[in-house]
Amino acid sequence: MKAVKFDNVKFAYGDGGGDYAVNGVTLEIEEGEFVAVLGRNGSGKSTLAKLINALLVPETGKAEVFGMDTSDEKKTFEIRKSAGMVFQNPDNQMVASIVEDDVAFGPENIGLSREEIGERIDFALKAVGMQEYRQATPSRLSGGQKQRIAIAGVLAIKPKIMILDESTAMLDPKGRCEVMDVIKRLNKEEGITVILITHFMEEALEADRAIVMHRGEVVMDAKPEEIFSCSEELESYNLTLPRAAYISKKLIEGGLPIKGAFNAEDLAEELCGLLHKD
Amino acid sequence: MLNDVTFGQYYPTKSFVHNMDPRAKIVFVIAYIVAIFLADNFYGLAAVTVFLLLVVFLSRVPFGRVLRSVKMILFLIIFTAILNLFFYSGESAYDPLVKWGIIKITQESVVNMIFLSFRLFLLVMGTAVLTLTTTPVALTDGIESLLTPLKWIRFPVHELALIMSIALRFIPTLMDETNRIIAAQKARGANFESGGLIKRAKAVVPILIPLLVSAFRRAEDLGDAMDARCYSGAKGRTKYKKLTFTWRDLLGLIFIAGLITGIVFLNLNFGGKFAILALING
Repeated sequence: MKAVKFDNVKFAYGDGGGDYAVNGVTLEIEEGEFVAVLGRNGSGKSTLAKLINALLVPETGKAEVFGMDTSDEKKTFEIRKSAGMVFQNPDNQMVASIVEDDVAFGPENIGLSREEIGERIDFALKAVGMQEYRQATPSRLSGGQKQRIAIAGVLAIKPKIMILDESTAMLDPKGRCEVMDVIKRLNKEEGITVILITHFMEEALEADRAIVMHRGEVVMDAKPEEIFSCSEELESYNLTLPRAAYISKKLIEGGLPIKGAFNAEDLAEELCGLLHKD
Repeated sequence: MLNDVTFGQYYPTKSFVHNMDPRAKIVFVIAYIVAIFLADNFYGLAAVTVFLLLVVFLSRVPFGRVLRSVKMILFLIIFTAILNLFFYSGESAYDPLVKWGIIKITQESVVNMIFLSFRLFLLVMGTAVLTLTTTPVALTDGIESLLTPLKWIRFPVHELALIMSIALRFIPTLMDETNRIIAAQKARGANFESGGLIKRAKAVVPILIPLLVSAFRRAEDLGDAMDARCYSGAKGRTKYKKLTFTWRDLLGLIFIAGLITGIVFLNLNFGGKFAILALING
């Protein structure tokens, strides 16, 4: 069964007058995949995310999560249990003033027993590497730590899909690194399907697959390396290359005999290779 | 300028009082307030004072810290004291101390002033001990638990408790935001420090409006986040934290029951608050 299946989904805010935020998206996401969704502001990527966990319901077309139709209200609860979502601002997603109480919020909502909730808090905090902060106050934590708590709060529900809606956008580089490490580990070790919505091209490189959205439509859908090979097309959607890929492209254009790389490590290795050749 | 607001002024340490069940502490404080208002003479208030000192000692919160909470309502205490001094209208058995036009200060009014101010003082001190020894979260949990019977008349107890805990959770966030807005407005030349009362009040508007707008935006985000975490009201919801009533709480409640009994005894045997005047005047 597909984790997510969209069939010609359209959605407009208010009475958009035919101006669709998501305009006829058809896509499938397999269980265990790590998908990055790219696009500039207003491309409809956040709307796409909200359509997955039934925060929004398609106007036309059909959105399914593990075979459950998101427009079926009786399934909403089950859908949200299997597709968790982390938002942009960690400050706006927390309900309690103590870390463990906040992480407990989701499990409490789905009616688990006390012992089970305790175990889930252990599991979730351990998964994001925040065990020592169980009794801490979120307002005293750093941005990256707060966002990891927010992820733990979603993780405690044990969703099969984790949607991250620009969850690294407000963080400093260190915080972004922390959060990305957690996401990668969850995907590899827990087998959670990750849908990462971002406008950082570097983050997309970590994914198995990248989807580019433009004006509510999916315009590119391939491996990140393939997508970043088409820099002209990317530019037409107001997106840029990851910095390392950009540098390597310029170096090649300048006549340097390298194959080209997308991330800093590969580029560094190639350049070192050149040095040794000489 | 906003950092010295000591809201939810929890003083973290381990003590007998800290370890009490929040429900017991709330009941305890209510009983304490009843005791203060029941006390009819200075002996009663003295008993309450001794009791309060004992509780403060047991809580291991520095006395100065408890005293500081009175500072916030010092104005209120002084204001009521002055009102009571000048406008006490009871019968007087003794010669007035001051008589000047319509202003008349009798011995009774002085006694009354001291008595009421001291009452207020004890009231604030006692409730401060509660907030100093109980985390806001424990407090809301306690209130939720105590209000549970109201569920019978469909009162939204769980929702109320959740609103309270979210409000507490957002206080530091909005405080930071306010400081940020103040800094931003200052950077654009706003002046909050000078001018008369009206001018200063007007200067607050450019702080409040962005704060309000952002609070609404946050509320919307929070709503989405709560939805995404499967929140659907109190139905089918479990609770992780469980409150337990222990020997400490029983002891505390026996203790306060003893105080109330003692005060009733003192009231019955030593007359009202003006009895002290008879002693002074011989």
